[in-house]
Amino acid sequence: MAIVETHDLSFDYIRRDDEGNVASINRALNDVELSVEKGEFIAILGGNGSGKSTLAKHINAILYPTEGYVLVDGKDTSDEANTLDIRQKAGMIFQNPDNQIIGSVVEEDVGFGPENMGIPTEDIWARVEESLKILGMWEYRKHSPMRLSGGQKQRVAIAGVVAMHPECIIMDEPTAMLDPAGRKDVIRAARALNDVEKVTIILITHYMEEVVYANRVFVMQDGEIKLTGTPREIFSRVEELEGLRLNVPQATRLAYELKKRGLTQLPDGILTEKELVTELCRCFPAARALPAESNAHRHAELTASMGGELNDQGYSSEATQQVRGSGIGDNVKSIILDHINYIYSKGTSDEIKALDDVSFEIRTGDFIGLIGHTGSGKSTLVQHLDGLLKATSGHIYYNGEDIYDKDYDMRALRGKVGLVFQYPEHQLFEEDVFKDVCFGPKNMGMSDKDTELAAYSALKAVKLPDDLFYVSPFELSGGQKRRVAIAGVLAMKPEVLVLDEPTAGLDPEGRDEILDLVKELHDDQGITVVLVSHSMEDVANYASHIIVLEKGRVYMDGTPKEIFSHIEELENIGLAAPRVTYIMNELYKRGFEVDVTATTIPEAVNSVIGAVWNA
Amino acid sequence: MLREMTLGQYYQAESRLHRLDPRVKLVGTLVFIISLFISQKIACYAVATVFLVCMIRLSKVPFSYMVRGMKAIVFIMLITVIFNLFLTPGETLIHFWVFTITKEGLKNAVYTVIRLAYLILGSTLMTLTTTPNDLTDGLERGLGFMRVFKLPVHEIAMMMSIALRFIPILLEETDKIMKAQQARGADFESGGLIKRARAMVPLLVPLFVSAFRRANDLALAMEARCYHGGEGRTKMKPLSYKAWDKRAYVILACYLALIILLGIVSPI
Repeated sequence: MAIVETHDLSFDYIRRDDEGNVASINRALNDVELSVEKGEFIAILGGNGSGKSTLAKHINAILYPTEGYVLVDGKDTSDEANTLDIRQKAGMIFQNPDNQIIGSVVEEDVGFGPENMGIPTEDIWARVEESLKILGMWEYRKHSPMRLSGGQKQRVAIAGVVAMHPECIIMDEPTAMLDPAGRKDVIRAARALNDVEKVTIILITHYMEEVVYANRVFVMQDGEIKLTGTPREIFSRVEELEGLRLNVPQATRLAYELKKRGLTQLPDGILTEKELVTELCRCFPAARALPAESNAHRHAELTASMGGELNDQGYSSEATQQVRGSGIGDNVKSIILDHINYIYSKGTSDEIKALDDVSFEIRTGDFIGLIGHTGSGKSTLVQHLDGLLKATSGHIYYNGEDIYDKDYDMRALRGKVGLVFQYPEHQLFEEDVFKDVCFGPKNMGMSDKDTELAAYSALKAVKLPDDLFYVSPFELSGGQKRRVAIAGVLAMKPEVLVLDEPTAGLDPEGRDEILDLVKELHDDQGITVVLVSHSMEDVANYASHIIVLEKGRVYMDGTPKEIFSHIEELENIGLAAPRVTYIMNELYKRGFEVDVTATTIPEAVNSVIGAVWNA
Repeated sequence: MLREMTLGQYYQAESRLHRLDPRVKLVGTLVFIISLFISQKIACYAVATVFLVCMIRLSKVPFSYMVRGMKAIVFIMLITVIFNLFLTPGETLIHFWVFTITKEGLKNAVYTVIRLAYLILGSTLMTLTTTPNDLTDGLERGLGFMRVFKLPVHEIAMMMSIALRFIPILLEETDKIMKAQQARGADFESGGLIKRARAMVPLLVPLFVSAFRRANDLALAMEARCYHGGEGRTKMKPLSYKAWDKRAYVILACYLALIILLGIVSPI
């Protein structure tokens, strides 16, 4: 029997003006037909504003249909008598882990649902224990959720729903705000619940890698379901997906590009890296230079050729050090960090060394990728670059001047080194977009005319449509808000632009738009860029130089190729190379003469095509 | 500075005080506050000090951690000291220019500081040793009789516990927004009162927006987990008095009696 069923489901968001008259009607869902069987793992894909969250809220009886109906386990959601029953049967997980945890201790939070359902006390404890154990959070039961990582918080939230013994769990972008490790945790938990506990899962996401294991995938746009099928069917339609603000996993994308370049023997809809490697081996046996027996040898050779023994400072290429290592006081325009240490809450019991002897140089015109997992000190480090945090010891030189000198103009520095924080749209405050962008230049002491010119060109640079210049920033979409926030920093005419996770929470198309914008600013306006990210693919595609932080120290420092040839070291600290590099390595091990240092799709495509043709 | 606020926060530890019934701790805090305000003699303060020190030791919360939360109110204490010190009439001790310090003023100032400090330490001790949920349960049960007067006791208690849970999140948020605006050249530190007040707009607007967004999210999350008010709700940790809770009431009663007695018979 279907656990969730919708028929002709439509929903209108109605906005009313101050007098209560209807100001605008916005159709968020249009004739949605959805039927989910018990025990299925369903994925709903869609870009921002596609209506997928609105659909989720209908299944949980938080929103009620304008037209049509939603049945959960055969019960109509619009009948108020069913509400509690439906919410118990179809639990829901939201995006922001901080905003859905009610308890101040993990176990109390998990018990919240059962308490509301009126379960007897002893049973609540049994359920709390059971669900925390399923999610692997039992040893954290006495912890404060505040001190958990994002992935752990999200697992607590899932445990809270599992404790209500639902038949179905709807997850509304549960990984959008998490780092890669947390994302993996949550998806693993969802799959385990589906496999072992037989809970129906409806996963809403825009990360394509996460839907590979789903039974069925629904793709939404403009409130309608545009595509339906198995992941394999969906992923063979690369171009259609791109029209829907989505993109496909790297293996699928690589296979697609290879096919387009003439390797038509490859089948459609390749989902995983393993599949791609197997298929390439099957279709092009001639391209394999070596017989299978010597694979072990080849593997050893590969590891050896990756060079660079790790010293206790981590790896750092000598060649780049020589090219880049200029003396302090040179006339080169640059930011030099000289043995920076930073200690949080110095002198108290919870003293944390956030930065430990960090030294490197950012030269004018660089595009630096700063990577490291959550808590490695990335955000602390970037706040040093424009003087928001002052190092406990060490020096920072901007264009040869020590920024910690007494008479150094810190405010001018903040104009020159523009810092865009994570979720920068949360700092917007003015009544219209234009005024908000003027805030920075005005603070820098520009004249009114210069301020307006700067704001105008900044808004143009981020490609915001003219008709949005004078609307309230709070009325814009998520991606537009973020661009306005970036314009707010650009308007100060910075020489260096530092962006802390500028793509967090955006859908694939929004992500590409922002990164392309940053690249344009770098290429066309000559702005030096420091991009903080935990997406290896983004960094590999855009950065010319990468700095890896681990536990507050510079662990690696080099070009993308140098860094990503050290896959093992990266994995040791919980990071990874771009997926493409893994595929290339695997192909090389199987005897293909491919370039193992390829880090981007075009590089990989050329290398594989070359290997196949040479054979 | 904002990160170091410990006021109203819970401190995880295993202690006798942590395990007490929240109602006992609520009553205890009330008794302690009352005892501070009826104390007029040094002997009373001595007893109160001993009591407070014992409780802090018993709670296993590091004293330095508690004191950190006090920094925020040093300013308020300073003002009351100055008012008491200079504006209390009585026997002159020191006189210079227009300022006069009297014996009574000095005594008042010292007492006020002690009262304020103890009051805050005492109530901080309660929140440090009681989880917001326990506190809510305690209030809900303790004030349950108010329901007769149509007071929405459960709702008030729930609101309080959520507010307490969100204090650290909102403080962190304030810190973040402040830095983001500083990165755009905002200045929160210099200028006169009006300029400073105006400089707060870029901080307060985003903070309110974010608080509302969080409130909205949380409300949805609570509803999604079948929250529908206090009706038909069971408790994961139902309150019931244990042997130690009864002993604690006896100790509290003895303490209050001692303070009253000393207040009457003690010469100083």
